[in-house]
Amino acid sequence: MPKLTIDGIEIEVEPGTSILQACEQLGIEIPRFCYHERLSVPANCRMCLVEMERAPKPVASCAMPCGDGMVVRTNSETVLKARKGVMEFLLINHPLDCPICDQGGECDLQDQAMAYGFDRGRYGENKRAVEDKYMGPVIKTIMTRCIHCTRCIRFINEVAGVPDVGAVYRGEHMEITTFVEKAIGSELSGNLADVCPVGALTHKPYAFTARPWELRKTETVDVLDAVGSNIRVDARGPEVMRVLPRVNDDINEEWLSDKSRYSYDGLKRQRLDRPYIRQNGKLVPASWTEAFTAIAARLKGLSGNRIAAISGDLVDVEAQFALKELLSRLGSTSLDCRQDGARFDTSVRAGYLFNSGIAGIEKADVILLVGTNPRWEGTLVNARIRKRYLAGGVTIASIGEQRDLTYPYSVIGSGPETLQQLVDGSHAFSETLRAAKNPMVIVGMGAFQRPDGLAVQAAARLVGEVYGMFRDDWSGFNVLHTAAARVGGIEAGFVPGEGGRDIHGILDGASKGEIDFVYLLGADEIDTAKLGNAFVVYQGHHGDAGAHRADVILPGAAYTEKNAVYVNTEGRPQLARLAVFPPGEAREDWKIVRALSEVLGTTLPFDTHGQLRQRLMAANPIFGAVGEMTPASWAPFGAQGPMDTAPFVTPITNFYMTDPISRASVTMANCTEALVGPAQERTGTHG
Amino acid sequence: MAFLDRAARSLFLTELLGGMALTLRYMFKPKVTLNYPYEKGPISSRFRGEHVLRRYASGEERCIACKLCEAVCPALAITIEAEPRDDGSRRTTRYDIDMTKCIYCGLCQEACPVDAVVMGPNFEFSTESREELFYNKQKLLANGDRWEAEIAQNLAAEAPYR
Repeated sequence: MPKLTIDGIEIEVEPGTSILQACEQLGIEIPRFCYHERLSVPANCRMCLVEMERAPKPVASCAMPCGDGMVVRTNSETVLKARKGVMEFLLINHPLDCPICDQGGECDLQDQAMAYGFDRGRYGENKRAVEDKYMGPVIKTIMTRCIHCTRCIRFINEVAGVPDVGAVYRGEHMEITTFVEKAIGSELSGNLADVCPVGALTHKPYAFTARPWELRKTETVDVLDAVGSNIRVDARGPEVMRVLPRVNDDINEEWLSDKSRYSYDGLKRQRLDRPYIRQNGKLVPASWTEAFTAIAARLKGLSGNRIAAISGDLVDVEAQFALKELLSRLGSTSLDCRQDGARFDTSVRAGYLFNSGIAGIEKADVILLVGTNPRWEGTLVNARIRKRYLAGGVTIASIGEQRDLTYPYSVIGSGPETLQQLVDGSHAFSETLRAAKNPMVIVGMGAFQRPDGLAVQAAARLVGEVYGMFRDDWSGFNVLHTAAARVGGIEAGFVPGEGGRDIHGILDGASKGEIDFVYLLGADEIDTAKLGNAFVVYQGHHGDAGAHRADVILPGAAYTEKNAVYVNTEGRPQLARLAVFPPGEAREDWKIVRALSEVLGTTLPFDTHGQLRQRLMAANPIFGAVGEMTPASWAPFGAQGPMDTAPFVTPITNFYMTDPISRASVTMANCTEALVGPAQERTGTHG
Repeated sequence: MAFLDRAARSLFLTELLGGMALTLRYMFKPKVTLNYPYEKGPISSRFRGEHVLRRYASGEERCIACKLCEAVCPALAITIEAEPRDDGSRRTTRYDIDMTKCIYCGLCQEACPVDAVVMGPNFEFSTESREELFYNKQKLLANGDRWEAEIAQNLAAEAPYR
């Protein structure tokens, strides 16, 4: 443990700590541009220079490891002069266009020029000008502003693992560019604008629309995938202006996927802002009372086994819990939150959670992916696996399709028979698994969205049992969900009750005329043609497939418009907070269910959000531990049985459009066109 | 004695005559009143009157939507919305000044990096209704076109002190 003196204060640090990190531990601020705590250290901006005794010249503190007996000064005359000099050199070629720069107000260079810079320039020659580069539909470039810190290059190569950005030429002529004029093919490209300390890389959809000081910041969680990334929603008036990641080392570190970051413009389009009732085949605007009366009229005299409910991918826990309570009062147990048709056992928590936690990936030494493409199903889970790969000493294998996951892995099979071979120990990969200290299996929805889902789940469990993934100190059995609502729905009990139908049973029943009333709680990914002649109520926030088929539409609130609980794939409940109010007459979802229950004469026993949360916690105590992972105890799950030989296929065909919000987003449409391929052939009339 | 003095002054109307003499004297001096609105007094080149949005000589509007005036305005009288124009440059789609809120402190013109928003020499913009005092971008640009000559002169006169 080296012991050194910084500004007269003695400190003992871990070996390998840099002087800059030691200064941070002491609360001494060292200015920096190129240093980023989650990226490698190039020491090329020279802003973090400090003075060290017995060193001939100032040293870059970010790259200098602490040594025993070092004496460092961070505020001496030499250091201040060095900072001023570096700042002056950086500003020689940096344009004075802060008023039109989107980084203005939250720019590292601006802040540090105020703190360490000189109040005038001494440089009289022409400034360098650099041509802007194309970096895809979400990143805007103004390369003249670049200060060559290379954070973007390091991010895209190290964290994203898509080596699309690099530098050409040398010295003052160095230019950051993509190879060659191509969109960055990473789902994490939005983070480039975050790591850029100046305004060289900015968010294209946010361009010129707002200034950081006029935004209202709300800390909430993302729901467009099941990872539950922590985000900050910046709003101005009634409009969400941008979404930024928030640091949470257990989940998303400080990154955010492009879908979560840029889908916010979908929140302003295709919104349901008033109730509708279908009359003579056409949806006509109605009042809340009329809509509720229409539902009550249809439900009158209907027996419970002819009523069913399906919840969608973006629904909060409260709404699902309230609807479940309402349905049980109506005598129905046919309800399902697995609208994607996945079949898996929900009776044992360990059977459907990401038990090791996303941070737990860093402890694994063998990772087996089953029927999943984590790059699209949980982008930040994939980033974590890549981080584990970079740390070295890990073997990654996959059963399923061959995809580019940004790290090397071997495909050891394509379908359930490989799982069976692993259980038997007859597969070549068994040896690797047996030798592993912390083996991990990640099962995706591609493995469950098939008729033999329960058997696949049981086989995956057996793999876990055989190779010691369920130990007191290690749980390596993980399920990667694709929808933010799923785990919350299961925990709230939004699954078929006794004698109830599951999603397949509901759709079959509806098409056969055995079910007369279907309540779609934000469910849009189902085949609406199978709803037959049933009376369909759609409660949700976007006019998508479900609303198109509905007989009554009840406008709900999107995730930025309500205080609600969401549970991510790890089983970690997190709070979403209201950033803007729902549009028009739309209301929070649990309030709609509560109001409907009153019209139906079966009033639910909660009047406030607090009372509802109390009941929720009484029903399932995990909802009380907000932000915490409640460990799942181990018991047998799944149902062993014959398995199909069909290969696993990933359920997501287009990463950028998986839910009503991202389908309504123009940015996501641009991303789809640029990165996934046009949805339709381009004709002569395309713009 | 005091009684006699007062009586004599009353008798000979000396105070009245003194007043008349003053009046007579001013009759032959130049007038200081102005025949407003046909005549107007001089105003300083620093005068803070009605706001204008200026243009460059090429006709391009100066405002770049940096929103510094909106941020600095202590009365929250300025509202700006911006987006990229078709040529990719940063421009306002909305620039409103609520003249009923404005306190004429001049911080907006101090904050403007491109001398786009300037408080011109015009002080005669009273209206018959409140609504007419909610200026939009069109009105402000029209003001700029109307007062450009005077404003350019004022700015040139003030340039050495800025």
